[in-house]
Amino acid sequence: MTSPALRRGALGAAGVVGFVALLEAAGRLGIIDRDVLPYVSTVLATAAELAADGGFHRHVLATLSACAAGLLIAFAVAVPAGLLLGTVPVVERSVRPLVEFLRPIPSVSLIPLAMFVFVDSADAKTSLIVYTCCWPLLINTLYGLADVDPLAKDTLRGFGFGEPSVALRVSLPSAAPFIATGVRIAVGVTLIVAVSVEIVAPGGGGIGAYLVEAGSANRADRVLAAVVWSGLLGLAASLLFAAGERRLFRWHTARTGEAA
Amino acid sequence: MSGVLARARWYWLLPVAAVLWEVATRRAEAVYFPPPTVIVARLHEMWFSGPLAGLFLTEEAVHDLLPSLGRLFAGWALAATAGVVLGLALGRSRTLAALAEPLVHFGRSVPPSALLPVFLLLFKIGTPMQVAAIVYGVVWPVLINAMDGGRTVDRGYLETCQVFRVGAPTRLVRIILPAAAPKIFAGLRLSVSLALIMMVISELYGSTEGIGHRMLEAQSQFDIPAMWAGIVLLGVLGVLLNVAFLGVERRLLSWHRSARHDTA
Repeated sequence: MTSPALRRGALGAAGVVGFVALLEAAGRLGIIDRDVLPYVSTVLATAAELAADGGFHRHVLATLSACAAGLLIAFAVAVPAGLLLGTVPVVERSVRPLVEFLRPIPSVSLIPLAMFVFVDSADAKTSLIVYTCCWPLLINTLYGLADVDPLAKDTLRGFGFGEPSVALRVSLPSAAPFIATGVRIAVGVTLIVAVSVEIVAPGGGGIGAYLVEAGSANRADRVLAAVVWSGLLGLAASLLFAAGERRLFRWHTARTGEAA
Repeated sequence: MSGVLARARWYWLLPVAAVLWEVATRRAEAVYFPPPTVIVARLHEMWFSGPLAGLFLTEEAVHDLLPSLGRLFAGWALAATAGVVLGLALGRSRTLAALAEPLVHFGRSVPPSALLPVFLLLFKIGTPMQVAAIVYGVVWPVLINAMDGGRTVDRGYLETCQVFRVGAPTRLVRIILPAAAPKIFAGLRLSVSLALIMMVISELYGSTEGIGHRMLEAQSQFDIPAMWAGIVLLGVLGVLLNVAFLGVERRLLSWHRSARHDTA
């Protein structure tokens, strides 16, 4: 590790420690009312307790499995759809207005509908995650396909390959980094949607359900501890996917697509 | 004229999809999926059948939409200001940036909807809680983009400033802010749709008024067309906000596009 990186790491750690100390001091000095917000030390202790709490594990698992299932389904739907749209221009130009029409609908506005249509609120959660994740995946796939080197496609055509195999052998691999960017954006959104559904419809469990339960029991320490965990989970997921992306596509520095 | 027609031609799928939706829902008689004409009729009756003097808005519309939109803009404006100020400060100081970086990454990783129960404990039900949720949800993309923009100001400009002894406030307003503006606008554009999402979710979770609350009420009263009317209205709102924002951006950043030939 070089010394500037070490310095940055040290400063970052100092920033975190300083921030926590400041909050703790504000609590102890009575600047933050203890009846409203507990001390940071209390919150962190509760967070540590939650790490060993089986009930909390189950909630976290419910959230994460819905996120993973939603992301997988969205991937299986959006990438082939993007491939179809991106390789057949007539379809793309016709469907584009429809996409532009549907995309701005805020996914959370579909929560009341999803609660009706799906009896099980876990299904409602997964389906909303699928809906939300499809857009960045689709858009990034299209974006990547528009960026394919035409010469490479023509070369393959020149050797007598048909359109489907051109799509599979040239277009898909060169669009892959963009699709990966889409996946990274989608990962960031999954957790937001999952928790949103859970706090509105807590029946299916999950981190959001835990938050609502702790909130109505007036346990601010538990609410904040769960928030800390949700932040750490989100951070871990985004670091993991960013690292994976860097590793897989070192040969390609994809321009970062639009975040959803 | 023919160009417009040629472009309009590609919109053929929209009316076709609408007609198909109408026919399919009428034939299937699906309870949860009313035909679009029913939804539009309900939308009109509920919110836009008021007197001409009130821009056709009904009393319900004034009661539901205005508070929602007010919170949306208040939250967005607060978050944009805070994000730009903090972001530029962090972008201009390497030490500050290094100190704050882990906190910023953690902060933006917390799903904003997870903080709704916290804000509910802090502020009780009502506007402050919802505005807080919108601010938290929206501030991160602005902050991170402003930070990035502030960091990458052309060194030549800054050195010129130094040579001519331009004061810090002038430097901030005339050099740093314009240099960071394209990035800041990219962050603001993202934050517009995020603000709408946060507005809806905060009203679904804890509110006694607003579009989201109205939808939840419609859901509990089994008034499915009204619920769909809410979805349609929010979709239209999303499109309108985006278009309005792009218009403002194009106007404010026209100097930028003429200075460099790419579209940022």
